[in-house]
Amino acid sequence: MRPWLAPVALIAVLCALAALLPAMAPLFSWVEPNTDSLIYTRDSFWFLLQSHIWLVLVSATIGTLVAVSAGIFVTRPAGRDFLPLVSQVASIGQTVPPVAVLALAVPAMGFGEKPTLLALVLYGLLPILRNTLAGLGGINPAVLESAKGMGMSSAQVLFKVELPLAGRVILAGIRTSVTINIATAAIGSTIGARTLGDPVIAGLVNGNTAYVVQGAILIGLLALATDSLFEAIERAWGRTFSI
Amino acid sequence: MIELKGVTRRFGDAVAVDNIDLTIETGEVCVLVGSSGCGKSTTLRMINRLLPRTSGEILVDGEDINKADPEALRLNMGYAIQSTGLFPHWTVARNIGVVPDLLKWPTHKRDERVSELLTLLGLDPATDAIKYPHQLSGGQAQRVGVARALAGDPNILLMDEPFGALDAITRENLQQEMLRIQRQLSKTTVFVTHDIDEALKLATRIAVMDQGRIIQHDTPEAILRRPASAFVENLIGKGDRGLKLLALRTVGDVMERYPRPRQSDPLTEGLKETDSLRAALSVMVWQNSDQLPVLSEAGDAVGTVKREQLLQGGV
Ligand SMILES: Nc1ncnc2c1ncn2[C@@H]1O[C@H](COP(=O)(O)OP(=O)(O)OP(=O)(O)O)[C@@H](O)[C@H]1O
Ligand SMILES: [Mg+2]
Repeated sequence: MRPWLAPVALIAVLCALAALLPAMAPLFSWVEPNTDSLIYTRDSFWFLLQSHIWLVLVSATIGTLVAVSAGIFVTRPAGRDFLPLVSQVASIGQTVPPVAVLALAVPAMGFGEKPTLLALVLYGLLPILRNTLAGLGGINPAVLESAKGMGMSSAQVLFKVELPLAGRVILAGIRTSVTINIATAAIGSTIGARTLGDPVIAGLVNGNTAYVVQGAILIGLLALATDSLFEAIERAWGRTFSI
Repeated sequence: MIELKGVTRRFGDAVAVDNIDLTIETGEVCVLVGSSGCGKSTTLRMINRLLPRTSGEILVDGEDINKADPEALRLNMGYAIQSTGLFPHWTVARNIGVVPDLLKWPTHKRDERVSELLTLLGLDPATDAIKYPHQLSGGQAQRVGVARALAGDPNILLMDEPFGALDAITRENLQQEMLRIQRQLSKTTVFVTHDIDEALKLATRIAVMDQGRIIQHDTPEAILRRPASAFVENLIGKGDRGLKLLALRTVGDVMERYPRPRQSDPLTEGLKETDSLRAALSVMVWQNSDQLPVLSEAGDAVGTVKREQLLQGGV
């Protein structure tokens, strides 16, 4: 149970802060003594947190499904011709900054949640794809040969051998992708998505440091909690499959 | 019965296996020997269709293997390789039970089979079964590899240097076990090695390969006595051919048996029925004796063997 302690604690702190920040106005008068509006109120933090998580969750789910399927496809005999192309795209794509992806999404889809989602999916795909390829490619060929030689069908080889063995590396890819996207989603506020980036942007525009701090704390905590959650999942995976 | 008829395999322009004909009778151990790269593994992997053949025909019990479902074909062919290819995320027990699982055996039957095989291969069903492959020594891992190949009770065994990369003593032990298992189960076996002594020891018939062709296919004795070419002669080694011939027979084949076992003098060193004539001769030379008692497992003298009988055994 020990590995789950940290993520559970962090999630509890995150939820508590999102609910209790408005009650902590006196604290923020230290940061911003010259104004009455010490707490960001246009939306509740609770709502922004949910909306932020929702964006990341949806994009991560789509990204994982697409990237893992693509990774599996190009490592099968039928798709092997695409392997060089896809792995090149996966590594080059990482060098494009997330802001650029957001900026490109706007002319295509206008403002709001949709272009943010598109940018998050596209950007989040790459680490997962890269790690899927690395994980599947890193399996000892003798293990695959004997799996096939024992009489497993291709699907059995994939689900009983390849995915459990590559799983930890793929999970690490999802972890990277989600962590990056928690930050990228915040930038989504600049193009009209409702996220924890809202208070930060509003604070920067109005010169209200208290808003910036509130948004930043919550984004930081969310990233930390998610990361430690993945840490725990990776350990559990390692124990289950003993790798 | 496995029949290869005019089988060829090319990789690009290179010919790995060149128009070979080979028949392996039911219950026989056919050992493929030859130097590295001569096409032994390629031949083996065509039999379970891990590699498609370029041309020719491969029949198992008269049926073309290309007509069978490849998975069903492989489930009936145990496969063990030098690098073992054990599944690193599964315990030894689960590794051995993989084919019974694929065949959907009931759990208790599979578990019984797994512990039976662990015992057969000299592993401990209590402690070794729950280990993971990375916790095994090289020799233990190869034993598990062989156990896994046997688990589904296949009619055919394909073994690609299953005892390669082992020290001489462990290798010797595993070969003894292989012989014992083969006596019990008589599987139709194709066994690949580049060690001629291993081949002579295990084979019913040996197929000597060179550059993708079969140079000679015959019994160990015939290979030793009548090598088909200078290549085969080199492979078996001209120098100790006679000793190798002696190694093919056991003391049990030539000894004089007593009507009933006798008490033996605990001080004289005796031979076992399963000792090879070569080993027996070595003991005689070392002890400078003309005659030695043959002892049973219990230590009673069950017969005797004379030096002349030994030497005639090699003729
Ligand atoms: N997948 C492959 N692609 C191209 N060439 C191959 C492939 N597999 C084998 N070969 C070639 O075919 C020839 C025979 O290889 P094979 O593995 O059957 O040799 P072998 O007799 O098993 O040798 P060893 O004792 O070293 O295992 C070699 O020249 C090898 O380079
Ligand atoms: Mg080989």
